[in-house]
Amino acid sequence: MLEVMGLNAGYGEIQILRDLSLTVEPGECVCLVGANGAGKTTLMRSLSGLLRPVGGSIRFDGQELARLSAHDVVTRGVALVPEGRRVFGPLTVRDNLEMGAFRHLWPPNKEKGRHDGFGRDLEFVLTLFPRLRERLQQPAGTLSGGEQQMLAIGRALMTRPKLLLLDEPSMGLAPLVVKEIFATIRALNAEGIAILLAEQNARMALRTASRGYVIAEGRIVNSADTAALQRDPAVQEAYLGF
Amino acid sequence: MDNASTVLQLLFSGIGTGSIYALVAVGFNVIFKSTDAINFSQGEWVMMGGMVAAATVTASSSPVWLACLFAVLVVTAVGLVSERLVILPIAKPTPLLITLISIGLAICTKSAVMLTLGKNPAGYPGFAGDALVTVAGATVHSQTLWILVITAAFMVLAHLFFEKTVLGKALRAAAADRDAAALVGIKARSTVMWSFAIAAMAGAIAGTIITPLTLTSYDAGTMLGFKGFSAAMLGGLGNLYGSLLGGLLLGVLEAFASGYISSHFKDAIAFVVLLLILFWRPVGLIGKPVVEKV
Repeated sequence: MLEVMGLNAGYGEIQILRDLSLTVEPGECVCLVGANGAGKTTLMRSLSGLLRPVGGSIRFDGQELARLSAHDVVTRGVALVPEGRRVFGPLTVRDNLEMGAFRHLWPPNKEKGRHDGFGRDLEFVLTLFPRLRERLQQPAGTLSGGEQQMLAIGRALMTRPKLLLLDEPSMGLAPLVVKEIFATIRALNAEGIAILLAEQNARMALRTASRGYVIAEGRIVNSADTAALQRDPAVQEAYLGF
Repeated sequence: MDNASTVLQLLFSGIGTGSIYALVAVGFNVIFKSTDAINFSQGEWVMMGGMVAAATVTASSSPVWLACLFAVLVVTAVGLVSERLVILPIAKPTPLLITLISIGLAICTKSAVMLTLGKNPAGYPGFAGDALVTVAGATVHSQTLWILVITAAFMVLAHLFFEKTVLGKALRAAAADRDAAALVGIKARSTVMWSFAIAAMAGAIAGTIITPLTLTSYDAGTMLGFKGFSAAMLGGLGNLYGSLLGGLLLGVLEAFASGYISSHFKDAIAFVVLLLILFWRPVGLIGKPVVEKV
């Protein structure tokens, strides 16, 4: 489904990702663990089109994404929940979710049937995150960190992704909230949405995903199913704190 | 004339010109929100609105309101096309670059109007002719009342547009977080185009409704632009309601200064206000400081 090959990316003169390759199969939940600064966010930004890679290819369902801008990548069915949540603070929760469906709502009446889907998608997200339903008319900036994370995920779901990219969904959240978020990620995966999850919280990530990559200094240094990674002494020492 | 009616007279005149400043300030705000740049061609669109409407009235003997409507449409289109011609081609549009380019755009707009519509001052009667109306003892031009009504209607519609429509919300979303907006499919470049169209429209409306009172000419835009900019800064740049507050306050201050001190000070007021607000409260009266969270 997603096939990244020989990806090189960085900012200006500074190269971050070096010849990075990975794959995600349909319906799979894959995690990417690594320390701060290993290149997880740069990879996520490259995959979503926010950052134009210097070289390599990103194929998704047979189409090349590496040259596309973010607003085009999302139309192909890849949605990123960015690091730090990045909700639209001044907009209400409902309007944030509506913006997730922007490309289905604007230009208006492009396809009548799509518009009807908006209510259904909204209901799906609000069922997934009942707390957002209570806060629908509240500005997103006034939500707690956990609620903002739910909103960021909900907004990405409103784009109707086939592949959901999650960048550090646990960042800055209380342990109980982290548990809740990861339970939701599992539920979404069970719905058939493929997931690529970048996390510093390797313990949670490895428990949630079925397969994992270890990234260090912009390179994939290890990859296996998560059960094997959890037993790997190097992974245990570096990321699980044994 | 007794004292109370003088005050009322000045108040009306102040709110009238203040409404114009408010509309111009809305233009500055909308473009600032989407690009972080100050658009120096804002004032030229005000002038162009008045000039095109005047030319239309002269050429076609159509009713004034129709000529004004036509002028607003023309200038809105000019704003939209200007963005496509001079802003879109920039590979990496930084706020400073857009600001500098807008100065060039202002000069081109002014010259184009001068070459096509001439150097003579132009004007036309108000929507209700040049009738004077007496309100609570103060005599006001009927066009002043039209200015109040049209500005109020524009503000309400602008509010509804930004709060209730998909496109309006998308413009706010992109202003709040450009990357996050791109991730849901909102093209930053399109939002910039729409903001130019809306800003040009606000400017053109201001120009077409003030011209019956003040006349206009190809070189009237710069001053109107600076007044509107002062109003935007006074209210708080990036805030629609701040524009209204700043515009009205500036208009009333000007009217009272020219009424009680000297009309020579009229233009100086805007710039004294601009300087004071920059020293004392750069975020404006109801602006919030931007806090960079790391």
